[in-house]
Amino acid sequence: MSLLSPDRIHSHPVQPHAPLVEQPVSVALSGLRRVFGDRAVLDGIDLSIRRGEFVSLLGPSGTGKTTLLRILAGLDRADGGTVKVAAARSVVFQEPRLVLAKRVWQNVVIGHKRGAASRRHAIDALEEVGLARHSDAWPKTLSGGEAQRVALARALAKEPDLLLLDEPFAALDALTRLRMHDLVAQLWKRHAPAVLLVTHDVDEAILLSDRVIVLSGGRISFDTPITLPRPRQREGRTFAGLRKQLLAELGVLTTAAEALA
Amino acid sequence: MTLRYGPVATAASVAHLPLVDLSGAGVNQPPGHTWRPTRRGIALRAAAPVALLALWQMSASAGWISTDALPPPSAIVSAFQDLIASGDLQSAIPTSLARSLVGLVLGASTGLALGLFAGLWRVGEGLFDAPMQMLRTVPFIAMIPLFIIWFGIGEDAKIALIYAATIFPVYLNTYAGVRGVDRKLIEAGQVFGLSHFGIAVRIILPTALPSILVGLRYAAGVALLALVAAEQINAQSGIGYILLNANQNQRTDIILAGIIVYAALGIIIDIVMRWVERISLPWRPSIVLA
Repeated sequence: MSLLSPDRIHSHPVQPHAPLVEQPVSVALSGLRRVFGDRAVLDGIDLSIRRGEFVSLLGPSGTGKTTLLRILAGLDRADGGTVKVAAARSVVFQEPRLVLAKRVWQNVVIGHKRGAASRRHAIDALEEVGLARHSDAWPKTLSGGEAQRVALARALAKEPDLLLLDEPFAALDALTRLRMHDLVAQLWKRHAPAVLLVTHDVDEAILLSDRVIVLSGGRISFDTPITLPRPRQREGRTFAGLRKQLLAELGVLTTAAEALA
Repeated sequence: MTLRYGPVATAASVAHLPLVDLSGAGVNQPPGHTWRPTRRGIALRAAAPVALLALWQMSASAGWISTDALPPPSAIVSAFQDLIASGDLQSAIPTSLARSLVGLVLGASTGLALGLFAGLWRVGEGLFDAPMQMLRTVPFIAMIPLFIIWFGIGEDAKIALIYAATIFPVYLNTYAGVRGVDRKLIEAGQVFGLSHFGIAVRIILPTALPSILVGLRYAAGVALLALVAAEQINAQSGIGYILLNANQNQRTDIILAGIIVYAALGIIIDIVMRWVERISLPWRPSIVLA
């Protein structure tokens, strides 16, 4: 973390159902730049996410979505602009990234101080993703979806103010992905961190988010709130309209978009 | 394509695709069936060694080969009986084992420490890796004359030789194991707030342990090899002493008995190391299922 040393924002206790505007800011970016060689992958990103807000980040491959997420996680550095992120933040990566030599519960509390309380804490977090009975298992014995749920439990166990999700459902089968959507929505509602979800899946973005952002050409090219009532269905004209609009923003031809719909 | 499948076929004229019948493969075997050695299989495996022993014994009894050059198995058995009766073997084995164990423990700890240092810190890599890679190509047996000059012909030279031989396997495998830990796991550790020390202890070491243990197992084998070489240096005790004595007295039966003891020690050490691997790596499915 010292590598990046972003200014930390210390979160204040949050009223459970306070409207978003009153929530503390978890991410504040202005004029963020990241240059690889002579190419500016991120070129002037301004973004603010409040605690309790669910934001999805879409964009064609190679537009720097993951780079942006890595900068927010503290795994990469910005070349310009200001980056302010909540101190308590965690990440769910595309792969579970579990330590195979540690039991499931030990993975969940990997960054915590060791002690009698940590096992209890881990089991509580595993309970939330429905895996408490696997707490003593070895990661190799889990299925892909289960391992990813452990990664989610590990992220939650840190009680983050900012939860970064880097295509966490991309490697899962379609049915498991649907279950994970529900689980993430449920956990987000309960813990109300700010969430930034990087995804390629337009439907997923519409289903889960308060706001969808499209990144292209190093900038945020599109930013729209999603006001559909929750829980959301993939049906209806508003959903289809949003999907079409977002696919157009992503440069997918309308015919292809209609075929998809 | 259209032609091949033709118009809708009537039942009588349906063309048959060549189908491969795979149903036989697992049909006659109960589920979970694994190959077990049958009585016939065991007999088959034992046939050649037994025949060889019989031929060996016979050729001695028939006078085809000189029993001074190659004593028959029965003579080796009686040599063993003599060695045990005189108590030589009982005192020699602990002496030899202690030598190789002391050398192994010292060599393996040095190799482990250097391997971790070079694996975890760039400074360590810069300092030690190149010299270690150069030194490891030196055959340790070539060092014997030098070690005799440095350490004399007592215990020190023997331990030093085993020490020098066992550093490298542990060093190389520790270094490779540490460097082989997935960068993504280390990133995850960073994200979840682990310090450098925490990452080393809670992610890198446990993940590199299989590789470190491979190094240790290999070093244990090398320790025995070095023991045999070291005990050729004027041994006053141990299996090497028995061999040297037998050599001076032209007792090929005892020499063969000593070689068999070395071989048995090698097998026992390997079994012990496999057992250590099994209990320290419970998370590896290949070992759990084995």
